This record gives sequence, C-alpha cells and structure tokens, in this order.
Amino acid sequence: MATLEIRDLHVTVEADNATKEILKGVDLTVKQGETHAIMGPNGSGKSTLAYALAGHPKYTVSGGTVTLDGEDVLEMSVDERARAGLFLAMQYPVEVPGVSVSNFLRTSATAIRGEAPKLRHWVKEVKETMERLHMDPAFAERNVNEGFSGGEKKRHEILQLELLKPKIAVLDETDSGLDVDALRVVSEGVNRVRESGEVGTLLITHYTRILRYIKPDHVHVFADGRIAESGGPELADTLENEGYEAYTKGGVSA
Amino acid sequence: MAEAQNSPTSSNAPGQGGPPPAGSTTAGAIAVAAEASSTVATRMSAPPSYDVADFPVPHGREEEWRFTPLERLRGLHDGTAVASGEAVKIAVEAPEGVTVETVGRDDARLGRTGAPVDRVAAQAYSAFTEAGVITVAKEAVLTEPIRIAVHGEGGVAYGHQVVELGAFAEAVVVIDHTGDAVLAANVEFVLGDGAKLTVVSVQDWDERAVHVGQHNTLVGRDASFKSVVVTFGGDVVRLHPRVAYAGPGGEAELFGLYFTDAGQHQEHRLLVDHNVPHCKSNVVYKGALQGDDAHAVWIGDVLIEAKAEGTDTYEMNRNLVLSDGARVDSVPNLEIETGEIVGAGHASATGRFDDEQLFYLMARGIPEKDARRLVVRGFFAELVQQIGVPDIEERLIAKIEEELEAAVA
Repeated sequence: MATLEIRDLHVTVEADNATKEILKGVDLTVKQGETHAIMGPNGSGKSTLAYALAGHPKYTVSGGTVTLDGEDVLEMSVDERARAGLFLAMQYPVEVPGVSVSNFLRTSATAIRGEAPKLRHWVKEVKETMERLHMDPAFAERNVNEGFSGGEKKRHEILQLELLKPKIAVLDETDSGLDVDALRVVSEGVNRVRESGEVGTLLITHYTRILRYIKPDHVHVFADGRIAESGGPELADTLENEGYEAYTKGGVSA
Repeated sequence: MAEAQNSPTSSNAPGQGGPPPAGSTTAGAIAVAAEASSTVATRMSAPPSYDVADFPVPHGREEEWRFTPLERLRGLHDGTAVASGEAVKIAVEAPEGVTVETVGRDDARLGRTGAPVDRVAAQAYSAFTEAGVITVAKEAVLTEPIRIAVHGEGGVAYGHQVVELGAFAEAVVVIDHTGDAVLAANVEFVLGDGAKLTVVSVQDWDERAVHVGQHNTLVGRDASFKSVVVTFGGDVVRLHPRVAYAGPGGEAELFGLYFTDAGQHQEHRLLVDHNVPHCKSNVVYKGALQGDDAHAVWIGDVLIEAKAEGTDTYEMNRNLVLSDGARVDSVPNLEIETGEIVGAGHASATGRFDDEQLFYLMARGIPEKDARRLVVRGFFAELVQQIGVPDIEERLIAKIEEELEAAVA
C-alpha cells in the first residue's frame, strides 16, 4: 500500500533578498485510500507544502524528509516525482501556448504509464472522462490553459487526475473560484478517483464548503508553517463554526 | 513587446500578448504619410543601386546595419572579401518544361526586379561573374519541384540567380544552402500573369558560414507567390526578401521559420511594396531562440503606396525565447499613403518558455527535454501546416526535431 510520509519538513523561500522559513516542521502520513483535508488561514503555508512536495524550484527544503513507499521524494526531479505517483492539482494552472490539451494529455499519460496508450482506447478514455466532467469535446483542441475560465482550468486539472491515476494526489485549493455547480462536478471527479481506493488524497482548502462533497477521513489545521491540530471530520465542523481565530496569534487572519 | 494595429477601414487584426523576455527589444511603428517620399525608403543610408561604389562602407550605426555584427561578415561589407574559385557548388535539378541556363553579366533578364538596397547586395551584384537563369515555360504546371542545391566548399562567393515563370505556369522551387561559405548572393523571382510560385529557401549552413542576400520578387497580375524562408544554420545569415507587384490581383504569402542557437545571428528584413491596387500580402515569421548570444532580428516593412487602393495586408512576427542570454529585435513598420484599403495590420510578440510552464509540464511526468520539444513543436506547427508542400513540411518538422535535440543536449 502506497504511503507518503512527511517528517519534520522545513521549507524556505527567497523573498526580498532574505530567506524566509515558511514550513517549520510538518509531520504527516498519507496512505493509499485515505483522504486528509488540510485547512488553514491564508499565509499559513498550505500551498507551500503542495509545491514543495511537487518540487517547485522556488521552494528550498531546509530540513526533514519526504518518502513515498520508502523512496526519497526530495532526491527526485519534478518529473520523477510525477512518475513515482505524486500528482499536484494546481491552484493556478499555467498556460502553455502552442500545446493542445489532447497532445499534452497523451504526452503526459505516455510519460506516467511508461508507454504510449493504445490510441483507440485512449481516445475513448479521454472522451468519457471529459463527458463526466461536463467538458466540451472541442476543449481538447485548445491550448493548455490558454484562455480557460477559472472553472475550466480546475476541470482540466481533475481530468488529468482521473487519467493519470496517481498514488498520492495533492489538491491545492481546487475549490477556490468555483461556483456551486462547478464545485460539484469537480468534486464528483475527485470522488471517482478516491472510490478506486488506490489514491491517497491531500485536500488543501481554505473553506469547509468542499468537504460537503468530498468527505475526509482526517482533518488537519495548518497554522504558522506546521500542523496545529489534527482530528476527524468533526474538526471541520468546529472550524466552520468558529473559524481559524483560535489558531492565529492575536486573531490576525488574512 | 510591441503591438500595433492599424485599421483605416475595417480590418480586425488579432492582438498578441505575453511578457517580454529580458534582453529583448521590440518596437513597432505605423506611419501615415502625406507626402510621396517614403520613410521606408529614406531610412536607408543610400538609394538603391546596382553599383557597390554608390554605397559607403557601413560603420554599424546606419539604420539598416545597426543590428548586424559587421565584424562577422568576413569582409562582405567593406570590399575585402575576394571571391575564391569553386567556393560554392550549385546543382540544379529540374523537371521537363524548365530551362536551366548560365548566363553572363550582360544578359537582359538580370536585374529586372529592382536594384540592390544595401552595400552587400550591391557588392554581390557588382562582383558575380555569371548568373543562373531558370525559366518555366508559360502554362507549364510542374508536378515535381525544381531543386537548387547550393553547397559551400569554404571560401568567398558572389552569386546571382533568376527564376522566371511564364504566364499561368505553376512551380515549386526548393533552394538548399549547406556547407561552409562566405556568400553574398541575390535571387530574383519573376512571376508572369496568373503564375503560381512556391519558393522554399532553407539555410542549413555549417556553423561558420556567412550568408547575405536580397531576394526580390515581382508578382504579376493575378499571380500568387508563396515564400518559405527557413534559417537554421550559419554564423551570420542576413536575408532581405522583398516583394513588389507588376499588376493588380497579385498575392504574396511570406512565411519564415528560424531556430537561432547560441552565438548565431539570424536577420530577416522584409519589404512588401504595395505599389499597385488590389493586391494582398500576408507575412508570418516565427522564430525560436536558445543559448547565449543567440540573436534574431526581424524587420517587417510594408509600404502601401498612394495608388495602391484595395490593398489587404497583414504581417506578424512571433518569437519564443527558450533560455536566458538570447536576444530578439523585432521591428514591424507599416506605412500607409492611402486610406482606401481593405485592411492593414501588424503584430509582433516575443514570449518566453518560462520556468512555470516547464514546472507545469514536468509535474505531469514529462521530462524537461520532452517538455521543451512539445512547446517548440506546438509553436511552429501552425506555420509549418501552411506551407502546403507535404514533403517539405515533413522535412521541416524533422529538422526542427534535430535542432531541438542539439539545443537541449
């Protein structure tokens, strides 16, 4: 069973000619089949955790370990992490001019699966997955994220999640900027992947709204670069009613 | 980033966007001239002439030379490059219906498409000893391309080539430049009424080669000219494709594709002179740059003369900068002397393949090398598809792949 283990993770960024520590010792274990929600106020380091796990060059790991089934994730390049089974659905997906969605998806699936998917099966697979996400087939011929609405970008991220079938999926504020209908469609996509029982999900969110559609097994409150409290789904209800004030010093919350 | 569009009537040209990379400059200009004298013409430091003596030796600050590294022209610009025998081998393969000749300097068919506009073109015109003339008989429709292989054997050469299509003839001409040479050569394309000519000029030189030339085209009444200029190799390549019209109804499509690697200077300076009414032109040049001191220059001049009513023109230059240290100078100029036109516009955009795009693709398991290839192929694909000659398209895609392999290695 695939397990992502994060131990005492410290991460810094360079900003204004100074090194700033954003993550200050994160401990978390995510197993295949589990869903962990990470909640917290803006600036608490949630997204930094997501990008650091994926290997974004802007973030420097200054201490701690991350392993996937015992393999050292921090030693891997960005593409190696993805091929090892780590997936990051991004909060702000990047436009890639000149590359069509269909070409991108096939190239990515070929890299992740280690061989080019059989064309006939692949076309069917993509078509059906897009239909379930209520995506127009014409979408496949557009350039990656170019001119996409906020909702289209997030659907495109979940389309990739469904097609690439990672072991560990990190969803970075996938719910932000979505209206209720889009949120439901996107959540259904995430749930289809979860129901396979083969993915461990790390759901990063600012709001409890998405947890009505995606039920977490564990809820963690992130504050000041570390996990301040962990609990079951009931912790989300507490946050819903009381907000993050208990976790932000002096009640300052952006 | 320069963006400029002009719609004196109802043209609706798409704009281009994207952040400019460090070290690139782009600037655009639209001039609406009230007087007969063209600023496109007067920006040159001397009027056009067939005689090299009419041009002062450039010092590098002239408008037409300011982007060019003169010291790397190996003497083509100052008279010190002396032709050496057998510096360039030319082989022409032509199907039936085509006449291939070598003629002397006094042949009346030379120089009909306009005079050299800068000193190196005039040097070439003053120095060549014999010229090639290829003639496609009127109404001949060729099913096979005419192939002109220009292979540099090292040394200095001056050349001149004329390709003429009779009325309603149709032909594809492929000019391949390979090997090593210091070459100044002009090419003339003369299209009879209703003729259709596609020219593919591939600059696939060895890395030390220097190639400077002016390509003049005279488009006949209702004739169609399509030019595909592909520049991959060489130390310095500086080409000057120019189009004018001999009668109304002419069309010119000028496509260009370049891949500028570390240390290379590739310069394309275009002029479309709308000198007669009811003609069309469409210019699309795209380039990718990678490596330290890769330098691409694109000058796109379009002149719509006062008498050229009903003109429809658009020009675009796009550059994709793949790494730091590369430089693009992109300067579209549109000069309009009449408002009675169908449309006129231009766009120039230089974007970079940045770290965020790379991260996004790699985060989907795609190795860095493949990610770059994906982006560059996508960038060029749309242009390659417009060439309309399948075996050339395939060859170009293969060549782009090869350039990418070399560039990312």
